Amino acid sequence: MLIDVQRRNWDRAFSSVERTNDSVNEQAFIQDWTGSNGALRSFSSLEGYDARPLHATDAEAQMRVRLHWSTPVGPMEDVRDFRLMHRGDKWKVVWDEVPVPNVPSQVIPVNYLRWDLVTGSAGEQWGSGGVDAPHVRIVSMNAVDSAEGAVVMGEVVNEDTVPAFVNVQSTLIDASGSAIDDESSFDKILHVLLPKQVSPYRIDFPHVNLNKVKNVHMDVKATLVPASSDPVIGVMNQKLDTDAQGRSVLHGELLNQSGQTVNIPHVIASFYDNNGKVVWVSDGYLQRALLPQESEPFAVEIPKSLAGKVQNFHVVVNQYSLERS
Amino acid sequence: MSSSINTVWKGHNLRRVLEHGTLAFLVGVLCLAAPAPAQDTDLRAPSSAVAGNAASIATTGSGTGTFYLVGPSIAVKREVTLGQDVQLSEKELQSAGTYLAIVCSGNCRSVGFFVAPAKPVNLTFLVHPSRAPVGQTNMVSGVALLFDEFRNLVLVPATVDFQLTAAGTAPATHRVATQNGVAWFHTNSGRSAGALQITASVNDVATRRVVQQVASDPCSLRIKGQRNAKGFIVETEPVRDCTGNPMPDGTIVTFTAKDSQGTGTVDAPIKKGIARAQMMGSGPVAISAASGVVMGNELRLGAQ
Repeated sequence: MLIDVQRRNWDRAFSSVERTNDSVNEQAFIQDWTGSNGALRSFSSLEGYDARPLHATDAEAQMRVRLHWSTPVGPMEDVRDFRLMHRGDKWKVVWDEVPVPNVPSQVIPVNYLRWDLVTGSAGEQWGSGGVDAPHVRIVSMNAVDSAEGAVVMGEVVNEDTVPAFVNVQSTLIDASGSAIDDESSFDKILHVLLPKQVSPYRIDFPHVNLNKVKNVHMDVKATLVPASSDPVIGVMNQKLDTDAQGRSVLHGELLNQSGQTVNIPHVIASFYDNNGKVVWVSDGYLQRALLPQESEPFAVEIPKSLAGKVQNFHVVVNQYSLERS
Repeated sequence: MSSSINTVWKGHNLRRVLEHGTLAFLVGVLCLAAPAPAQDTDLRAPSSAVAGNAASIATTGSGTGTFYLVGPSIAVKREVTLGQDVQLSEKELQSAGTYLAIVCSGNCRSVGFFVAPAKPVNLTFLVHPSRAPVGQTNMVSGVALLFDEFRNLVLVPATVDFQLTAAGTAPATHRVATQNGVAWFHTNSGRSAGALQITASVNDVATRRVVQQVASDPCSLRIKGQRNAKGFIVETEPVRDCTGNPMPDGTIVTFTAKDSQGTGTVDAPIKKGIARAQMMGSGPVAISAASGVVMGNELRLGAQ
């Protein structure tokens, strides 16, 4: 089936599916693989997969499949457990994936707030124009070694009364005062920070060992941007747990409390130890769009070595909506 | 404010040439090359030249000569009759600063003089910041620079009045004398959010700027909640800073609810002074709120 999915040979792929109820149709099956509503899956393609059996008898089997996706935000891995039934001379996949919810027609009143930015005309007098950049502050910073290299992370707050577009940069300095490397938080930050909003940030330095680092220079840049306080996304039922593969994860559900589709939700979580220090920052993109008033599950991983230290966490949601691009 | 220096330019007198810089040196070289009758001449600079006002340079001798004027933003060459005044137009003297006048006739003579700025007609006023949280020490600062109509910085000491006016408070005035054309002040931000109008004035010239005074960090964030069909709704009391100013709409309040199902968080914006969030869950729950680095009280709701 997966070979046919890769080749987008949908009729053939769907013929390998054992339907569990009437809601499973070819259209829903295709939509599950190709995505809908401008979700990240719509822009992704299945590059490959690894499958291994978990359990097998003559009549049924269970397979764990690692799906390797190529996406605009980098390669992503999706792990799925498939149940197979022996039907005649063929194995069929029991398809019990939850289809994309049908959002009922409704009117959702939104009296959301928006900040517009008016730039002054070029002819204005010296000193008469100009609005200061928002005041943004790094409230915590921690540098750790990880398997991939050094990681600098922490939290940043918009202390101002206007929205800010924020980027955090970090430079690692060695004992001689020379810069080893400098990197930015890239997508591991909530770039648009509303007034008093706090965001985690994480800056990765691949192949750099902290033993060589004497100093870390931090720099936060903030610029005024037009912004909206909508959509409000609730992060519900967050819990630290161990998944089927034995990994430590924080899972929960995103609930879109507005009337606008969030095409690509992006979860960023900061994890604190018992002293309130940020010990890790994880992020993950949701493959499915977050429809109005609907919820979608998410899970972000924590390194095993840190899982025992984590006492608390804070999750923020970055959102990309096609209507606003 | 004016001064003059007379110099005789000779082909071999390089020391003096170098004192007047490269441009004057080139003028001197040009002068030596000019075939003109050998007549001794002398120059007398204008005693008190002012930017934008015509002036004249008296010359002695007879015959003709070549006149050069080199100033901060001008270089002029023309033929003059020696023994008569050389007229300098308003336009030629618009920039304040040191000028060098040279007349060459056989040998060259030069005189330096200073053109003072005219009276101030422009006041450039820079104020920082554009937004200031209330109740902060030395939060607001301003710098005023005086210029004449030709954008020359007016160096003559003058007194600038800085008047600060905010709604509900008596106006405050700072009188500051300019130093080298610049006057400045700094002051605390007020206690009430709103526009702070700052006017800088000298005689009849005035410039106005506005600083938006905004609420500071929230103070004593308090929440209340109640059950509803979807779970429970939680909201803040009107959120104010420690001097009683309402927090601006759009300020984010993070609600965190912990129950047996896990933790739920909602970043809710303040609307009309209150932040409100709908959360899920039917069991006993502990709810807290935070805005920026400020924490609120904890609220406990029993099971539905």
